[in-house]
Amino acid sequence: MSDLITLENPVHGALAVIYGVLIFASLIVAVMKRTTPGDQMAELSLRVSSWWFMITVFTFAILIDRVVSTVFLGFISFLAFKEYISLIQTRRVDRLILLFAYLAIPLQFIVAHHGRFGLFMTFIPVWMFLFFPIAMTLTGRTQGFLRAVGTLSWGIMIAVFALSHTAMLLAAGPTFGDLAGPAGGAGLLLFLVALTQFNDVAQFTWGKLFGKRKIAPSVSPKKTWEGFLGGLFTTAALAYVAGPYLTPMNGAWSALAGAIIALSGFLGDITISAFKRDLGVKDSGGLIPGHGGILDRVDSLTYSAPVFYHFLNFFFLSGRIS
Amino acid sequence: MRLLFFVILVRPVLLIILGLNMRGREQLPKDGPAIIAANHNSHLDTLTLLALFPLRDLPKLRPVAAADYFMRNKVLAWFALNIIGIIPITRGVSKNPLAPLEEALDRGDILILFPEGSRGEPEKRADFKRGVAYLAKARPGVPVHPVFIYGLGKALPKGSLLLVPFNCDVVAAPAIYWSGEVRAMLDALDNAMHDAATSGHFPSWE
Repeated sequence: MSDLITLENPVHGALAVIYGVLIFASLIVAVMKRTTPGDQMAELSLRVSSWWFMITVFTFAILIDRVVSTVFLGFISFLAFKEYISLIQTRRVDRLILLFAYLAIPLQFIVAHHGRFGLFMTFIPVWMFLFFPIAMTLTGRTQGFLRAVGTLSWGIMIAVFALSHTAMLLAAGPTFGDLAGPAGGAGLLLFLVALTQFNDVAQFTWGKLFGKRKIAPSVSPKKTWEGFLGGLFTTAALAYVAGPYLTPMNGAWSALAGAIIALSGFLGDITISAFKRDLGVKDSGGLIPGHGGILDRVDSLTYSAPVFYHFLNFFFLSGRIS
Repeated sequence: MRLLFFVILVRPVLLIILGLNMRGREQLPKDGPAIIAANHNSHLDTLTLLALFPLRDLPKLRPVAAADYFMRNKVLAWFALNIIGIIPITRGVSKNPLAPLEEALDRGDILILFPEGSRGEPEKRADFKRGVAYLAKARPGVPVHPVFIYGLGKALPKGSLLLVPFNCDVVAAPAIYWSGEVRAMLDALDNAMHDAATSGHFPSWE
């Protein structure tokens, strides 16, 4: 293993830094638990434990090889889609169509794995989009048709199409070679995921410390301008440092990408919040202790993944800027 | 064999395809004798309830099932008896049909009962039949644990062979003991099931 894992590899270096931060966070939480015990601390501690688990799984997935990574990302997408389908109201007559929607997940990730941009961009937004309504029409049951087709289409776009951009980032290494940057696809994926999750934590922390003016009180009462802007600048600063190692972007472009990830991550977060609020649930599920369900954890990523991918694709993977 | 079936097939499938949200796990009995009384929507109900307990409890867990359905052919009977470990009961006979269940409770087993009688319409609760109350009357010290299951009727409803992934919810309510009257016992169980069914976000299905 020692030959494989070296700090000269930027992805390994970045992962080492992440583990450093995690150890630091665990220490702080352990100390705070001693000094100020309570329910909130217990939840924070549960959250940090879940972070250990999630980051370790992610590390293994990203280090072993690209097929394993893509299967892992597809599985996350499956869990998110299943959570969505289980939360919304579905019709009994649509069971077979739901099964087809599930089958679209491996197909979408196989297409992404091969980096086939055209098919990747059309399979769900065009072909599945056209398939669901006609399949539902053919069941003959028109009652609840619009709700069924609308909710299914939105769900597959958010939980499958949007999240599958992560696999497209991984495929950018072999597809675009040097244009994908010094750390290949794994570096791009790590940049996106680490910054998205970091931004969540940073927004939460800034909000806790200085939060006053609410951004969207009816959707997400805890979100404040102070938290959002604090998170945005911290994330952009971290991106400025990490980008040149992990991506083809220089410091300034990386900072811009970091700000874009922070903004889109925030938008994804409140969009999923609006969805949950409509259904009257607090968490999308109980899969991850202290975090809720899988949709609660990847909510920001549903927006930041496609936005970051297309930003990168337009300016860098295309070779417009190099 | 039974153990292997659960370790290799049932638990992974339940975990990955179905994903379980469990609430009130601490309410489940730690040891027998006990009775689990659950609503019934799908063949998956039995497997899910069996998977809620630690593997070492497996020999004690006995789902109760109708003999006329599960003993109708040899293959199904073998599977039901040896793999699922059911206690078959015969419906509508004159002598005490609960006798094998009482014996099992005396041995310290945990019975899994579906007092609705049959799987019925998916995701619609039906009234509990009186058998469960008579069983509680016959063995008054044995706790009856109401368990509400949601979602499995969507994944594999009656009359379908197609398994579609859905998360399922299981809510275990505090145990209820024989209260001296059949009607009161059934009402207490029904209230507990109703509370569990309205304690979460469980959209209807039609």
